Amino acid sequence: MSKTVFVAGAGVISGIGNNTAECLNALQNSRAGIGKIKYLATAHKDIFPVAEVKLSNDELAKLSGFGPDISRTAMLSLVAAREAKNSAGIENFASLRTGFISANTVGGMDKTEDFFAQFMARSTKGKLRNVVNHECGKVTELVADELGIRNYVSTVSTACSSSANAIMYGARLIKNNILDVVIAGGTDALTRFTLNGFNTLMILDNQYCQPFDANRRGLNLGEGAGYITLVSERVAAGLKTELLCTLSGYCNANDAYHQTASSPDGTGSFMAMEGALKMGGLKPSDIGYINLHGTGTQNNDNSEGTAIKRLFEPHYPKMSSTKSFTGHTLGASAGIEAVFSALSVQQGLIYPNLRFETKIEELPFAPETNFTKQAGLNHVLSNSFGFGGNCSSLLFSKLQA
Amino acid sequence: MYIRATGNISPQKTFGDVPFPAETVTYEGNRLNCITPDYKEIIDPKLIRRMSRVIKMGVASAMACLQEAGIDNPDAIITGTAYGCLEDTGVFLSKMVERGEELLTPTSFIQSTHNTIGAQVALLLHCNNYNNTFVNGGSSFESSLLDAQMLLQEGDAKNVLVGGIDEITDISHAILSRFGLYKQGPVSNLELYNNKAKGTIAGEGSAFFLLGSQASGSDLAKLDAVSTFYKPGSFAEVEQQIEAFLSAQNISMYDVSLVIAGNNGDAKNDEVYNYLEGSLFNYCNVIKYKYLCGEYPTSSAFALWYAAQMIRSKNNGAGEHTEKLKKVLIYNHYQNTYHSLILLSAC
Repeated sequence: MSKTVFVAGAGVISGIGNNTAECLNALQNSRAGIGKIKYLATAHKDIFPVAEVKLSNDELAKLSGFGPDISRTAMLSLVAAREAKNSAGIENFASLRTGFISANTVGGMDKTEDFFAQFMARSTKGKLRNVVNHECGKVTELVADELGIRNYVSTVSTACSSSANAIMYGARLIKNNILDVVIAGGTDALTRFTLNGFNTLMILDNQYCQPFDANRRGLNLGEGAGYITLVSERVAAGLKTELLCTLSGYCNANDAYHQTASSPDGTGSFMAMEGALKMGGLKPSDIGYINLHGTGTQNNDNSEGTAIKRLFEPHYPKMSSTKSFTGHTLGASAGIEAVFSALSVQQGLIYPNLRFETKIEELPFAPETNFTKQAGLNHVLSNSFGFGGNCSSLLFSKLQA
Repeated sequence: MYIRATGNISPQKTFGDVPFPAETVTYEGNRLNCITPDYKEIIDPKLIRRMSRVIKMGVASAMACLQEAGIDNPDAIITGTAYGCLEDTGVFLSKMVERGEELLTPTSFIQSTHNTIGAQVALLLHCNNYNNTFVNGGSSFESSLLDAQMLLQEGDAKNVLVGGIDEITDISHAILSRFGLYKQGPVSNLELYNNKAKGTIAGEGSAFFLLGSQASGSDLAKLDAVSTFYKPGSFAEVEQQIEAFLSAQNISMYDVSLVIAGNNGDAKNDEVYNYLEGSLFNYCNVIKYKYLCGEYPTSSAFALWYAAQMIRSKNNGAGEHTEKLKKVLIYNHYQNTYHSLILLSAC
C-alpha cells in the first residue's frame, strides 16, 4: 500500500494556452485569456467577457483527434489528459493498474443545446448524435478509450469543486492499493446553459473580473481542462522522468449553509483547508502559497477570505487567484489549478492576481500582484469551493531531497 | 461494511413500513414510474414546494434511511446518479430556447447540478462532513459504494450514507425511446422476460443505504465487496472477472447461495446472463430484478436493497423461507459498458 502519492505528470488547456508550457508562459507574463466571446453562439456575445480556449471546434478536433461531432468538453479533456499521461513518461503504462477519474459539470451539454432547439419544435427532430454523449460519464468514457485506460473509469460532479474531488478519489484509489496510476482532473466547455445559468444568479462580471478586490463585481466564466498523473511509490521509484511533487493532503467538507451561497464565516472552506493541513501534518505557517478559489464574486471572496483569516492569522502565505487569467472554468477549475499548484511548488513560482487594485477592508491581507520566483517554497494549498456547499482543498508538497 | 438501514423509493411498494416481499405492482407499458410517498411527513412542506420530483425522491429516501438507522449526522454523504436532475435541466434548457436566452430565472439552473440531492441532504442535516457525487453512467452507484468502502477502511468514517438515484422525465423518455432502448407495443413488466420485442422497459428510483464499519447487531446484511469492470471483450472475460472477484474474497461460486442478475428483457443485452446461467452460475439459484424497477443506470441500488431485504427476511428468491441464504451476488451490466459485482452475506 502506497503511503505517498506522487504527481508524475501534468496537462492543461485553458484560455491562456493549449498546453502546460503555453499556460505557464502566460502566467509569467501576466497575459490573461479573457476577452470578447468568439466561439460560443450566444445572445450575450457582446455583454460578458469570458476566457475561451482559442480554438474553434474544428481546430480542437484536429488537435485532439476526435471528430468534430464530439462534445467540446471531451476534446478539451483529451488534449489535457493526453499531455498529463505523456509527460509522466510511464514506460510500462499498459501493464499497470490504471484509472481515469475525470470531473465535469454539464457533460456534452454544448451539443445537447444544439439538439434541443430542433427537438422542442418537434420531438422526432434533432440529430441523435448530438445527445448520445450528453451524460457526464460519456465524456469521460470517450477520453478513457482514447487513452487506453480500462481498469477503472469514473466521473465526479460536485459543481465547482468537481475536479478536486476527482483528484482526491484518484489518490485514495492508489493508497487503497486498487490502482497504480491515475490520471485525475476535470474538464468543462463553455455552454449557453452555464452562461445563462450564472447570468440568472447575477454573479457574472461584464468587465474583466477582479478577484479579492474590494470593488469586485463578479466572475468571468472560462473553459478548459486540467489533469495530473498520480502514481504510487512503487511506480514513482521506477520512473526516469522527474516527479513534480507529492499530493500530501486533501480534504472534502460541506458548508451546509445554502445551495448556492457560501457561509459568511467560511465554515466549509475553513474545514477543507484545515483538514488538508492536518493530513499533511503541517502547521498553517508551513504553507508558502495558496492558489485561491477566488472567483471574484462578493460572496465567495468574503467567505474564503474570512476562512483564511481564521486559519492563518497572523502568518499569511502568499496567495492569488489564477481565475484572473483563466476565468472560472467550473468543473475543470480545480484540475487546471492543481496543475498550476504542482508547477508552483516544483519550481517555486508565485502567480500574480491580475487587476488587483484595492484591498478588502475586512481582510488583513492582499493577493500577490507580480509573478515571482521564491526559494524555499515547500507547500502549496489549492482551494475549490462549489454550489451545494461542496468545499475541497488539495495540498501539494515539494519532493524531499 | 454493514448495511444498517435502507430507504427506497421505487416503482414497487418499497418505502416505509411495508412487508417484504410486497405484492408486485404491475405496469402496462414501457415506463415504470416511482410510487411516491406523502412527502409532507418526511420533508418540511416549505422546502418541498421548490424541489423537483427527483430531489424529493432522493431527499425523502435519504432521510428515511437515516431515521431508520437513528443517525442524524453521518460521517459522509455520497450519491451516484447518471443523469442528475433531468427535470430541472430540461426546464432551464427549454426556457432558454423559448425565450432566446432572456428573462430566465435561477431556480431550475441551481437545482440542475448533479450534486443537488447530496447537497440538500447535507443542508437539511447541517452536516459539514465529506460529501461527494459520482456521475458515471451505469457505474455511478458502484463508484459511490467504493468511495464509501474506502472511507470506512481509511478509518475517517464510521457510518456513511450512500444512494443511487435516477429519474425518467417525459423528455428523457422521448429521447431514449428514439435510441431504441425500450420495447414498443403492449408490454407488462410481469412478462418482461417473455416479451420478444427488442428493448427493455424504462425505470427509475432512489435507494439509500446507511453503511457502518462495525456490526451494530441489527444490520440487514454485510456488504463484503463491490467491483466494476469496463467494456469486457468477451463472455469469457466476464466469467474471468467474476471468478477473480470471488477469489479475492476467498470464496468460489459454490459459496454463493443466490445470484441477483440484471436481465432487462432485451435479447442482445441478456445474452451474457444466459451464457453465465449455463456456465458459472449453473448450480446456483439465479433471480432477476428489473421486472420490478425497470432499467436505468443506477438500478443496482435497487438490486442492493432487494438483496439486503432477502437476506434479512431469509427469503430464498422463490418466496420460501430459508436458513441457507449465506451469500448473495449481484451481477449487473448497463449497456455492456459497465459491469458490476456486489457481494453480500448474512450477518
